[in-house]
Amino acid sequence: MTTWIDIGPLDAIPLRGARKVTTAHGCVAVFRTAANEVFALDNACPHKAGPLAEGIVHNRAVTCPLHNWVISLESGEVLGSDEGQVATFPARVEAGRILLDAARLVARPSAA
Amino acid sequence: MTKKLIVIGAGMAAGRLLEHVTDNQPETWEITLFNAEKRGTYDRIMLSPVLAGDRTYPEIVTHDDAWYGERGITTRFGERVTNIDRAAQTVTGEDGVALPYDKLVIATGSKPFMIPLPGHDLEGVIAYRDLEDTERMMSLSPGQRAVVIGGGLLGLEAAAGMAARGVDVTVVHLMGHLMERQLDEAAGFLLRKSLIDKGISIRCSTNSKEILGENGQVRALRLDDGTELPCDLLVMAVGIRPSTALAKAAGLAVGKGIHVDDQMVTSDANVLAIGECVEHNGALFGLVAPLYDQAKVAAQTLAGQDAAFVQKELSTKLKVTGCDLFSAGDFQGGEESEDIVFRDPARGVYKRLVLRESRIIGAVMYGDTADSGWFFGLIRDKTDISEMRDTLIFGPAYQGGTSVDPMAAVAALPDEAEICGCNGVCKGQIVSAIEGGATDLGAVRSTTKASGSCGTCTGLVEQLLSVTLGADYAAPAAQPMCGCTDLTHEDVRRLIKSQELKSMPAVWQAAAFKTPDGCHVCRPALNYYLLSEWPQEYRDDPQSRFINERKHANIQKDGTFSVVPRMWGGITTSDELRAIADAADKYNVPTVKVTGGQRIDLLGVRGEDLPDIWADLGRAGLVSGHAYSKGLRTVKTCVGTDHCRFGTQDSTGLGIKLEKVLWGSWTPHKVKLAVSGCPRNCAEATCKDVGVVCVDSGYQVGVGGAAGMDVKETERLADVPTEQEAIDVTVAFIQLYRENAKYLDRPYKWIAKVGLDWVKARVVEDLAERQRLIDAFALSQSIYQKDPWAEHARDRAESFQPLASLHQEAAE
Repeated sequence: MTTWIDIGPLDAIPLRGARKVTTAHGCVAVFRTAANEVFALDNACPHKAGPLAEGIVHNRAVTCPLHNWVISLESGEVLGSDEGQVATFPARVEAGRILLDAARLVARPSAA
Repeated sequence: MTKKLIVIGAGMAAGRLLEHVTDNQPETWEITLFNAEKRGTYDRIMLSPVLAGDRTYPEIVTHDDAWYGERGITTRFGERVTNIDRAAQTVTGEDGVALPYDKLVIATGSKPFMIPLPGHDLEGVIAYRDLEDTERMMSLSPGQRAVVIGGGLLGLEAAAGMAARGVDVTVVHLMGHLMERQLDEAAGFLLRKSLIDKGISIRCSTNSKEILGENGQVRALRLDDGTELPCDLLVMAVGIRPSTALAKAAGLAVGKGIHVDDQMVTSDANVLAIGECVEHNGALFGLVAPLYDQAKVAAQTLAGQDAAFVQKELSTKLKVTGCDLFSAGDFQGGEESEDIVFRDPARGVYKRLVLRESRIIGAVMYGDTADSGWFFGLIRDKTDISEMRDTLIFGPAYQGGTSVDPMAAVAALPDEAEICGCNGVCKGQIVSAIEGGATDLGAVRSTTKASGSCGTCTGLVEQLLSVTLGADYAAPAAQPMCGCTDLTHEDVRRLIKSQELKSMPAVWQAAAFKTPDGCHVCRPALNYYLLSEWPQEYRDDPQSRFINERKHANIQKDGTFSVVPRMWGGITTSDELRAIADAADKYNVPTVKVTGGQRIDLLGVRGEDLPDIWADLGRAGLVSGHAYSKGLRTVKTCVGTDHCRFGTQDSTGLGIKLEKVLWGSWTPHKVKLAVSGCPRNCAEATCKDVGVVCVDSGYQVGVGGAAGMDVKETERLADVPTEQEAIDVTVAFIQLYRENAKYLDRPYKWIAKVGLDWVKARVVEDLAERQRLIDAFALSQSIYQKDPWAEHARDRAESFQPLASLHQEAAE
C-alpha cells in the first residue's frame, strides 16, 4: 500500500534542480525537471556514490557531479556507455506539493 | 535549301545565339554578322578584371574571327548597318548594297548614357563600355588622377580597377549610398568603407555641375558646391540606354527598348531582337544571365521550335577583389515583408534577408557571400523557409535534416557556379584541380587561388574537397559543442551575439538543439556566454552551473566541500588566521591546508554547514576566495620592495590591486595571476595566465603561461612603465579573453588559436579598444563583483538544508 507523505512545496526545488531528503536509511534526492515533473532517487551514484542531488538536471536525467555519469531519473539506469542502476521511489506532485511514498522509504533496505 | 539570316551586333547575346544556331541547325542558315566594333565577341563583363590587371584581353574573347569562320559565318566587323528595309527584307551596310534576309536578328545592345554636362565632349571624358574605354583607363600612369561619375556596379569596378593600377581615383555619386539599386544603406556603408581602404575617395550625395577643360582636354570636374576635382580622365558610368535608333528608323515598335514577345520576335514576324536593346514586358536587361536565356529562346524560335523567354530573379556580384557583395531580388521590402539581419562588425559582415509569406524575396550580403548561391536558389524557387527560419541566415551549413545537407547542396551546384567570388573561381575549376591532385585546402588554394583572398569561401572549398574525394578527405574537424547541437562553441557564441539571444531557451531554439534543455556539457558554457555577452540583460542560471559554482565551494570525493577564503595578494593577518582557526574548530574541519596559490583551504566541510561557516568567516572580514570558479582564482605575490633586498617594485601592492579589480568576474576557465618583484621571480609569475615581473624600468606583463596538464612559459604581452598601465593591460586582456575564448579554454589555449599578435593589437596597440575592454569589464563587474558567501548566508541558507527529514515520520 502506498502512503503518500507531503515533503514540501514544489517551489522549494528550483526548476532543473534537486533537494535531498534524509531518511533513517540514507539520503534520497528529489528532482524537479523543466516540465515540473518530480522524481526521487537514491542520492548516490552507482559509480563512486556521488551525491546526485548536486548534479546538473537536463531533460529527465541528472549528471553526477563527481565524474559525469548520467543517470535516468525515470528508470534510475545509468545512460551512455557506463552501466549501473540507482534505486527509484514513487514521487508525484499534487496541488503544488511534493509527495513521496513513505512506506517504500521506511521499508527500503539500508543503502548499498 | 538554306535561308538567309542577318544578325546586327556581335555582343555576348549574339555570340551565344550563333552558337546555338550553328550547333542545332548547321545546314539551315547562311549567316551574315554585322558589328560596329572592329572585333568579334568578347566577355564584356570581364573587362573589369582586365582593367584591374587580373586578366588580359585575349583571355576574355569568346568568339573571334576564326570561330565565326569555322562556322561559315560571314563577318562584317567594324561596319555599321545604315538601313533596314522591312518591306523588301533587306539590310544595307556601309557599302550601300542591300543584303536580303529571311530572318533578321537585332542585337545592337546599349549605349552608355552620357550626362549632358557642360564639357562632356572634351577629350578625356569617356564611358565604360568597351575595350577602347578599358584601354584608355589602363593607359593612366600611377599618380595620375581620375574621376568616376556614378557609384553603381560599373563605376565602382572602373574605380577599383584604376586604383589597383595606382591611379588616384575619386568616385562622385548622386545618391546617398553606393550601388543603391543593388544594396541597402548598411551594405552600401560597408562597401564604401572597403573602397576607402583601397585608397579610393568616395563622395556620395554629390551633384556634378560642369566638366572643366584646357586645350580641349579634361582638367577637372566642378561640383555644384563649387569644389573642383582635378583629373586626367573622367569616366561617366551612370547607366546604359538600349540602342534602338536602327529599329526605330525601320518602323519597329519601340518603347524604352525594342518591343519583343516571349519568343523574342519584334512587331515584325521576320525580325527578332535580343540583348540589352530589347524591352520585354516593360523590363530592360543589363545582366548577362537573361541575355543568354534570350539567345537560347531566339535560336529555338528560328528553328521553328516552341520556346518562351521567362524573366527570372537576378543576382549581382561586384567584381572587385576583397569587396564581397551579393544582391538579389527585392531588398526594399515593403509593408508585408520582414527582415532577418546578421551583422558581424568585427569581420565587416552584413547579411539581410527580406521575407514575405515564408519566402525569401530578396537578399543583400556584404563581406561573406559564401552562401549566396544557396539563398539565390531559395529566392528563385520560392522555397518555403518557415521550417528553417531561425537559422536561415547562417546558411545551408546550419540547417538540420537531410534535405538541406550542405554536402548535397554543394554537390548539386553546377560546374559554372562561382565558389570564390574574390578570384572568380568556379566549381568546375576547383573540382578539376582536386582531381588533378590538389587534395587539401592549401593545394587547392595554390593551384586555383580559390579561397586565397578573403577566405570566406573556405568552407565551400572544403565541402568540395569532401564531395570530390569522399572518404579520402580528412576534414579539419569542427567539433560540435556537445551532442545537443551540431554547432561549435564558436558558432553558438556568434549566434548569441548576432541574434541577440539573451536567454537559454532562445539559444536552444536558435541553435536547433536536439534536446529539450541541453546537458551538463553545454549548459555551463551557454550560461557563461550569455552572462558575458549580456551582463545587464541575462540573469545567471545556477542550475546550469557545476555544483562548485552553484554552492561556491569545491565538492570533494565524499560529497563534503572545501572552503577557501580570499587573502588579497596572499597577505593575511593574525585576526583572519584566528577566525579561520575558530571556524575549523567549530565545524570540525578535518584538514587545513595551504594551497599553491597562497591561500588556506578548509577541507571536509559538510554542505549543510556552508552558510554558517561563511557567516562566521564573513564577520572577520573574509570573503569567498572563488577557489571553485571559472573566474579569478588568486594573485600570488612575493614581498617585493616592502621587505626584499632585491625587490624593484611593490609587487605585493600590485598583486592586491589586481585582485581587487578582478575578483568575482566569471571567465571561460579559471584564471591565475602572479606578480614577482624582480626577475628572480619567486611568485612564479612566468607560468600563470597573467604574470607580471617587476623590473627596475617598470613591469613586464606576460600572458598564456600554464603549469597544469601542460606546462608553458608566458609570452610577453607588453612592457609598461607604470603600475596603472600594468593593471589596464591586464584588465583589457582578461576582458578580451572573456569576450572571445571558448568555454574551458585557458588563456594559453585561446592565444594559440587567435595568435598573440591579434591580442597585442587590441590590448596593447589600440588604445581605444583597450579602453573599450576596460569599460566593458567594469560594467560586468558592477553586476557580478559581490561576495557570494555573504549573499548565500543571508538569503539562501535554507536551500543548503535537506528539504525534509523523514526520521520522525519513520519512527512514528
